[in-house]
Amino acid sequence: MSVVTNTTTIGAIELPSRRNTELLLLAFAVVIPIFAYANVGLSIHGKLPPGMIAYGGGLAVLAGIAHLVVRRYAKYADPLLLPIGTLLNGLGCVLIWRLDQSERLQNLAKRQFGQFSESAPRQMMYTALAIALFAAVLLLLKDHRTLQRFTYISMAASLVLLILPVIPGLGADVFGAKIWISVAGFSIQPGEFAKIVIAIFFAGYLMVKRDALALASRRFMGLYLPRGRDLGPILMIWAMSLLVLVFENDLGTSLLFFGMFVIMLYVATERTSWIVIGLVMSVAGAAVVGATASHVKARVTAWLDPFACYTKSGACEQVGQSIMSFGSGGVLGTGWGQGNSDLIGFAANSDFIFSTVGEELGLAGVMAFLLLYGLIIERGVRTALAARDPFGKLFAIGLSGAFALQIFVVAGGVMGLIPLTGMTMPFLASGGSSVLANWALIGILIRISDTARRPAPAPAPSPDSEMTQVVRPS
Amino acid sequence: MSELTLTVMRLGFLAVLWLFVIVAVQVIRSDLFGTRVTQRGSRRGGNASGAPAQGGRQAAAPPQQRQRRGAPTKLVVSEGTLTGTTVALAGQTITLGRAHDSTIVLDDDYASSRHARIYPDRDGQWIVEDLGSTNGTYLDRTRLTTPTPIPPGAPIRIGKTVIELRK
Repeated sequence: MSVVTNTTTIGAIELPSRRNTELLLLAFAVVIPIFAYANVGLSIHGKLPPGMIAYGGGLAVLAGIAHLVVRRYAKYADPLLLPIGTLLNGLGCVLIWRLDQSERLQNLAKRQFGQFSESAPRQMMYTALAIALFAAVLLLLKDHRTLQRFTYISMAASLVLLILPVIPGLGADVFGAKIWISVAGFSIQPGEFAKIVIAIFFAGYLMVKRDALALASRRFMGLYLPRGRDLGPILMIWAMSLLVLVFENDLGTSLLFFGMFVIMLYVATERTSWIVIGLVMSVAGAAVVGATASHVKARVTAWLDPFACYTKSGACEQVGQSIMSFGSGGVLGTGWGQGNSDLIGFAANSDFIFSTVGEELGLAGVMAFLLLYGLIIERGVRTALAARDPFGKLFAIGLSGAFALQIFVVAGGVMGLIPLTGMTMPFLASGGSSVLANWALIGILIRISDTARRPAPAPAPSPDSEMTQVVRPS
Repeated sequence: MSELTLTVMRLGFLAVLWLFVIVAVQVIRSDLFGTRVTQRGSRRGGNASGAPAQGGRQAAAPPQQRQRRGAPTKLVVSEGTLTGTTVALAGQTITLGRAHDSTIVLDDDYASSRHARIYPDRDGQWIVEDLGSTNGTYLDRTRLTTPTPIPPGAPIRIGKTVIELRK
């Protein structure tokens, strides 16, 4: 700047890479679960748990690897996503380990399956795999825009992933919902991965069609109604999510996909009418299915009044126990290892894991967890705002929208706000697919945010070098 | 384990968890995107980051120029692509032109890179000076040849852009 007499200079902030901030937060995020682990051991067994060094060391090594990969391959990425993911994942492992210690659950498992196996070591293994997947995403996906090429392939892939659980022989019907497939002894939940794949399709599709969807519309009663042929895709997605609901008995997945599509449609077109249309359609669909499908009907009954059917149906008992555990937690909770959330029984460490948070950490803990999720979502939305390409914007919004919807659906379900849907709390719940898919999601968000926050390339030839046009008196 | 220890650990854990949330929010606060406004020129040290000693000295020092009564306080762009832009007049020179280091960067094909500047003279009277531009700078309707004091409300035309000084 040669002119020194300027009063002010207005310039873009040169963003530092923030990797050291991330490292510090990451160290903090590793210490908190170790503290929680020690706390559980002290309150249940009266001594520090024997696996503490191994567990803490394992988490620290995984976090360190993830950090080094980010430092090397995504230097300018958002500093919060990785630490918050690590913290939630670490606390999730502690929650699962805590529920492993419950004699009630051990006896229940022995009665039902003949044996009891601890979930926490398995969860640690899945976490290690998930961090490997996270590193692979960052290593292989150099630029998120390459995914744009796979717009229609990913549509097909997500359809296949959604249909897989219904295929006889491959799908496994677990307690009413057909959302698992079993391959070589492992049960996989393809819906978790479909969530990411379908975001690629929505982002690529809407990027191309946004103008047609936004501009070619008629105004009717203050709403912009789209043309029939533009309404086609939304109807198709709606039908697809209803089919998932009907054939797989999975309210959560269908809500997630349809909601994600409506969110992305709204962001792409800036038309409020899509939200209205989407809400009307999802309410209509849910009402019809809720009145007909028996599995969904049971869940709605359990939601409306869990204590009326408490002794009659397992679903009611679970929801009732969950609500009671939130209630008995109070504001500050009972403390790690001192709650009775294991009374929920089956799925206490997966779908209902948030009830354990509610009972043992209380409202204060639940709020902190929800804020942590909120921060991940906020960083995702911020990434979308900062992204320079429309595909990246829509993709980041879609991923964070899906994440937000999933949290709403699960937390709302266990608290009795909405009918329970049988999805997993990201990072907390026991289950390999969920951990793997969510770390892949965080990896993609980190990749997009790295591209978005990377200092802009050298500006185009500056206007100084252009010739000034001369005014010629005519 | 005694009840007391467990209670302390329970509250301690919640405190640590919330501390993490607060630290994370602090990181966000220091990480906002946007533009940065840097104070430059003679008032260096008036920044928030200035050392306390420096700040103290500055507070004691008399203002460099007494604000004249009725003197304009802001510069307003009233025509052209930047219409609506205002710049506070704080006693420093304002440069206008297409050059990206100008105070007001004009996106105007008929403006020169360094077109004109506006600065206060010793009495606080604002002066406009053409910096040898291709198409000239006009005050009211006359093309400037020498640095000229700006009467209040008089439009200054640069290419397709018109600016005015206002109170």
